[in-house]
This record gives sequence, structure tokens and C-alpha cells, in this order.
Amino acid sequence: MAKTIETVEAALSGPTPGQVLRGRIFGHRGLMFGGVVLAAICIVALLAPVLAPHDPYSQNLLARMQPPVWFDKGTWDHPLGTDHLGRDYLSRLIYGARISLLIGGVAALISGLIGTLMGVAAGYFGGKVDTVVTFIINVRLAMPVVLVALAVVAVFGGSLQVVILVLGLLLWDRFAVVMRSSTQQLRSMEYVNAARAIGCSTSRIVFSEIMPNIVNSLIVVVTLEMAHAILLEAALSFLGLGVQPPTPSWGLMVAEGKKMLLFEPWLIAIPGVALFVLVLVINLLGDGLRDVSAPENRN
Amino acid sequence: MIYTLKRLGLAILVALAVSMLSFTLLHLSGDPASAIAGESATDADIAAIRAFYGFDRPLIVQYADWLFSALRGDFGESYYFQLPVAQLIGDRLSITMTLGICGITFAILTAVPLGVAAAVRPNSMIDRVALFISVMGQAMPSFWFGLVLVVIFSIKFRLLPPSGTDGWQNFVMPTVVLGYYAMPAIMRLTRAGMLDVLSADYVRTARAKGASEMRVMFKHALRNAIIPVVSLSAVQMGFMLGGSIVVESIFALHGAGYLAWESIGRNDLPTVQALILIFALFYIVFTFLSDLLNAWLDPRMRVG
Repeated sequence: MAKTIETVEAALSGPTPGQVLRGRIFGHRGLMFGGVVLAAICIVALLAPVLAPHDPYSQNLLARMQPPVWFDKGTWDHPLGTDHLGRDYLSRLIYGARISLLIGGVAALISGLIGTLMGVAAGYFGGKVDTVVTFIINVRLAMPVVLVALAVVAVFGGSLQVVILVLGLLLWDRFAVVMRSSTQQLRSMEYVNAARAIGCSTSRIVFSEIMPNIVNSLIVVVTLEMAHAILLEAALSFLGLGVQPPTPSWGLMVAEGKKMLLFEPWLIAIPGVALFVLVLVINLLGDGLRDVSAPENRN
Repeated sequence: MIYTLKRLGLAILVALAVSMLSFTLLHLSGDPASAIAGESATDADIAAIRAFYGFDRPLIVQYADWLFSALRGDFGESYYFQLPVAQLIGDRLSITMTLGICGITFAILTAVPLGVAAAVRPNSMIDRVALFISVMGQAMPSFWFGLVLVVIFSIKFRLLPPSGTDGWQNFVMPTVVLGYYAMPAIMRLTRAGMLDVLSADYVRTARAKGASEMRVMFKHALRNAIIPVVSLSAVQMGFMLGGSIVVESIFALHGAGYLAWESIGRNDLPTVQALILIFALFYIVFTFLSDLLNAWLDPRMRVG
């Protein structure tokens, strides 16, 4: 008898919201794949000094352009071969993950701060603030990103810090657009009105009523912009106006391999595939997070 | 009419702000005079160059001077070529425009049919293929995709020239690379729009009154779903022209983007300055057109 009641109760109560969310996360293939691979890349980047078989900067002119191990002449000493200066390609690839993740992460952080601040202010206050922010967003969208980034890096010199700062200061537009419209939708919600009615300060309303409700879309934009920043850095470095040699940036590795395109196409294939995989898993993670946080938008 | 004027005013203000920003940014760089003079120049040489180009005047005066000349189509003289910038750019722009038009055409011709097919049978094989293609396109670095195409079509099969600006063959790979870059967004929007429209009442009504499936698809559904796609394409076109700098430099296609890349390397400020403004104007004009197009196609938008 007692057992029957328990069963009925279990059937009635169903899974808790936490269980539902966990079920959705673990049941989403793209999200799981993206998350696991991205985590693996992050671990490899963190453990680079331990995992890299060689120093990514040490040159060996006697062992130049050795092919990867799956070619006839490849050896396990350099599993992905060596580049035109005899540097171990695998080690450079591993250290390159650090560069890409660092640039993607910090640039997304800077642009996220700028964009969220502007977007939330525009959405919450409306009126003149909104007009001004919308205008600034329009101006930013009209600036050709690649061209402006190249010109600024040329002026201030291509160090890691400059590239991160330039990308962070250029890529906030999507944050501002998304945060603005999300905040606008929330502004007239009953609980926001209620908070205002009981006399909450603006900062309290923004931080405890608005922010928790837009953090989902914020995370999705963070992933998108991180991927965007990584691709842009690679493009800038490829064009010679990003991170400078001998830093092992993946974009730079493709540029250096381009000279040997005719005979050694694997030199561009390896860093290119690495870039592709990193951006792909970040995008999959972002798409997955969007699906999970708002299942009604799944299509 | 009021809507058009408002949009136009906004577009002009945005263009002004962009020109001001880029001017300040480039002139903050320190001393353009010593960059032109080179490393072996004496102080007197640098001072002479500074006076010749007017770098000793306040920035705001230099900007006003530049802006009023630019409005008359005079962008100054290139430091490197010693030629009027307007003439230099004019020759190159047609190549970039051709590339942009080919690219957007390629993108639309692949994205729209794929998006429609995906929406007609959600979760089918074709839907998955379409999703796969768009996810790939978003993650593929365009410069790398370009090089891969060169390896396959120029080196392996010797079908297409790897670089240069001699004939239509030179435009094939750049078109594919640039088009593929713009394609995922257009495809996703077509698919989402079609899904929306196909569940609308008027589509059900059309089916109920016995319209053929073809007629329902093209006359009723696609015509409505295509509105946002048209305006997105215009915006993408503006973006693509700005992004053509990467594609043009991979294939050494001598368009405005390639010129921009070279000029940045040569410290050729007037040319870079003019190109930033022109690429920004492209974007502004295309968004303006897309706004008007939207308002014309969908009267509800005219209120905004």
C-alpha cells in the first residue's frame, strides 16, 4: 500500500526543474560535443608546457620541413612535422591554442562589458539614451571591421595586447543590439514595475531584476563573439598585421605555410583545421546553449 | 516620405561620424611626416614635409579641410603613388564591386533554394545537409578556405589561376569564398522565415481552396518569407565589400580591398582614409536601401 502511494507521488511530482535542465543539456548532442571538445582544447592549452614535446620557439635548421608522421618520411620525434625554421609543429599548434583562446576570451570579455553596458542602458532608460546608443551602434556597424582593425594595428604595432584591445573595442555591436532588445522586453514586466513601485534603486532593479533574466542570451552572444574574435585575429595575423612572429598564432602559421603551398600543403592544413575545429565547437556550444535556454526557439 | 528623409538624415550623420572617427584614429598615430620622410631624414626634412602636407595645423582644421575636399571627390594625393587617390581607387572599385555582386549572387542562389528545401521538410536529410553546410561556413576561416581551393583547383587539377586579375577565371574562387561567407546567415533566415510562413493561416487557406503545391510555395509562402531575406542580403552585401580585403589579398585580385591592404603596409594615409570612408559608405548605402525596400514591401515598417 505504502509503495503504491510512493509510486503515485513520484509520478505526480515528475522530474524537478533541475533534472529537466540537466536532461536537456545532456540530451543535446551539439552542446555536449561542443562543450567536451572545447574543454579538451582548454586543458591542452593550459597544460601546454607539459604536453608540448618541444619548445615552440626553438629552431633547428637541420630538421626543416619534416613531414608529419603519417607521411613516409615522418618520425615520431615530430608527430606533426616541422616548419620552415625547423620548429616542432605540434608544439606550436599546442601553444597556438593558448593565443587563440586568450584572444577570444579577453576580447569577448571587453566587448561584452562595453556592449552590455550600452545595451542595458539603452533598453532600460529608452528615450534620449536609446537614441544616442542606437546611433553609436549604427556608426560602429558602418565601420569596416577588418580594414579598421588592420589600420589601427599597423599604427600601434602588432602585439598581443594591441590585437586583443582592438578586437575588444570593435566587436561589442552584437552585445549592444541583443542586450538592448532583451532589456526592452523586460522593462515593462510586472516584477520590474513592482520593484520600481516598492522603491528599489535603479542599480538594484538592473542587477537583481534585469540581469538574471538576460544572462542566458548574454552567454550565447559571448560564445558567438569569442568565435568571431578568434577568426578575426587569425585573419589579421594571416595578413601580417596581427600577432607578430615568432608567436605561434594559428593564423600566422597558415601565412608562413602559404609560401610552401605548392609542395607542403599540410603546413596550412594543420593550423587551418585546428582553427576550424575550435570555432566550430564554440559555435556548437553557443547554438546548444540557445536551444537549451529557450527551447521554444529551437527552429 | 518623412520616413525616407529621416533615414537619409541618419545615414548622413553616421557617415560623418565614421569619417571623423577614422580620421582621428589614423592621425593619432603619431607623426605621419616622419613616416613619409623615412628613417634617414633630417629634422629639417621632416619639418618641410610637415608644412607641405599641413600636418602642423590643428587636427580639426585638417579634418574640415579633408572633408570638404572629399565632398568634392578629391581625396588628396597618395603618398606612395603620387597620384590622386580618387583616380587610384576608381580603377580598383569596379573589381571589388564585381566581386561583391558575384559573391552575393552566389550566396543567394545557393542559400535560398537550400533554405526553402530545408523548411519544407524539417529534420529531413536535406535539412540536416543544409544545417551542416551553414555550420561549416560559419566556422571556416575564409582565408584558409581560399587557400584550400587554390591547392585543389589551381595546384592539383590546374583548372583555375591561383592569383591575378586577368579574366573571369580569376573571379571564380574569390566569388565562392566570399559567397560562402555570406551564405549561412541568408540560408538560416530563409529557412526560419519559410517555417513561419508555412504554418500561417493564409497558406492553409491557399491549400484548402485547392491551390497547387507549387503555387502555394512560390506565390503565397516564398513571397512573404523572402522580405527579410532581401533586406539581409543588402546588409550582407555591405559587409562583404568590407570583408573583400581578405579575399582579394589571398587571390591577389587587384581591387579596392587589396589596395587597402597594400596601402596600410605602405603607411599611405590618404588612401587608407579614403578607402575606410568608401567601404563605410557602401555599408550605409546598402542598409539605407534595405530599409527603404523593407518599408516598400511591408508598410507596417514605415512607422518606425
